[in-house]
Amino acid sequence: MAFGVIRNVRKVFQVDELGSTALEPVVALDDASFQFDEGDLVALLGPSGCGKTTLLRIVGGLIAKSAGSVAIDGREITRPMGDYGFVFQAPSLMPWRNVLDNVLFPMEILRKNDAAARRHALELLDLVGLTAFLSARPHQLSGGMQQRVALCRALIHRPRLLLMDEPFGALDELTRMDMNDLLLRIRHETRASVLFVTHSISEAVYLSDKVVVFSKRPARVAKEIPVPLAYPRSQKVRFTAAFTNAERIASEALGVIAPAAEEAAAP
Amino acid sequence: MRLRLISQLLYPLAGVVLIIVVWILACWFFNIPTVVLPSPDKVLRSLVIRSDLLMSEGWITLKETLYGFVLALVVGLPLAVAIANSRPLNLMFYPLLIALQSVPKVALAPMILVWLGTGLESKLAIVWLVAFFPIIVDTAAGLRATPKELLELAHSLNASPLQIFLKVQLPAALPFIVTGAKVAITLAVIGAVIGEFIGSSEGLGFLLLSATSQLDTPLAFAALFALSVLGIFAYALVGAGERMMAPWLPPAPARH
Repeated sequence: MAFGVIRNVRKVFQVDELGSTALEPVVALDDASFQFDEGDLVALLGPSGCGKTTLLRIVGGLIAKSAGSVAIDGREITRPMGDYGFVFQAPSLMPWRNVLDNVLFPMEILRKNDAAARRHALELLDLVGLTAFLSARPHQLSGGMQQRVALCRALIHRPRLLLMDEPFGALDELTRMDMNDLLLRIRHETRASVLFVTHSISEAVYLSDKVVVFSKRPARVAKEIPVPLAYPRSQKVRFTAAFTNAERIASEALGVIAPAAEEAAAP
Repeated sequence: MRLRLISQLLYPLAGVVLIIVVWILACWFFNIPTVVLPSPDKVLRSLVIRSDLLMSEGWITLKETLYGFVLALVVGLPLAVAIANSRPLNLMFYPLLIALQSVPKVALAPMILVWLGTGLESKLAIVWLVAFFPIIVDTAAGLRATPKELLELAHSLNASPLQIFLKVQLPAALPFIVTGAKVAITLAVIGAVIGEFIGSSEGLGFLLLSATSQLDTPLAFAALFALSVLGIFAYALVGAGERMMAPWLPPAPARH
């Protein structure tokens, strides 16, 4: 059986979950099903506000689903499992902690903040090139550096699954490309499975083994696109036919461009 | 470095000197009677001659201020935690607290005097009342402003409620608590003086009142000066507390 099995997941936010401004329940996720294997990097691609973030939080056990099932490694997810890593769109570091202590935060919560944890934190920070900034505070770092710290924090407890919610969406394109390569390197070394939410078609294709395309809200899985590119990848693959082909199929699934068959049929 | 020292020290000092010079000139030029506006040298003489009296009365006002302020912290912080973490409590009391914050609490002072008498208790009650609201409102606001992602991160690791409070909510709220405490200490001095105005036989407020009634205006000004020093000292105490907590506070520009 596959490592992750997401079957007919539906999420309806009730009025009281949404706050006082909502008048009726909102269907955030209509029907999402897909599977992935251990070690896969799966991109969840879709328009803004289409419920892919909701799905990510359901997989993480942070919010309850309304229907369907989510099983990771055979366990049905009903609450946080404690061994997943989270990276959010904003770095969300603690301004009162320095870089090293930010990375070690999960180990404190898990009561495993020992010398080994510290060694691992130093390794991770070395991997992302922040060894010189151990005692810096978050505000002294650039946005990209902050997100690298957040990445280390997500990896410190050696999670089996990394849940990333548009983590590089706020970065400029060059920094984003750097971060993409960094993520692929980290993923190669840690062998963690990754669910990566993004609304960038090229980022989704560049990173993933498989792109799961969501339709507009209420979201359904519109298409699963396997990416036939071998790892390790470098930015050069962006100019290969296989890459642009995957981008085209994703664009079609998103409705950005008309499907090729229809175009051919048009007079 | 040298230029900064000049602008940080010399300019404010020059401002004070300028005001005193204008004050002296005004007293001399318009021949203002001492009862109306004593010249600075008379105030200074009063400060020196009556320094024992000013110190002992000032000590009483300082005690009222600090005790009342600490009482407001001791009561306000746990209540703020309760209100911030319980949805029913929050819905019941938070709007009420906001509404009460804009009520002039010193207006209650005469009634508090009726209830608690003219001793220390009534002063503490008035100081507590004025200092309590900024502390509880700012602390509750700070606790509720904890970034959602940090809470989600803690939840994803199955953090206990105590861990979430100590490691996430409280440090995130600390800048708010400090801001509330700074407002509270300023109000606490005012509360103590009002309490002494309304019914007391000691303290700087009482001294100010009795000196005015005896037309001893230089002493009234001296008491006013002592009160300012007291206010600055009390504020500096909170500032020192803030510096002790500096490792947990974001840098100043990011805070406001």
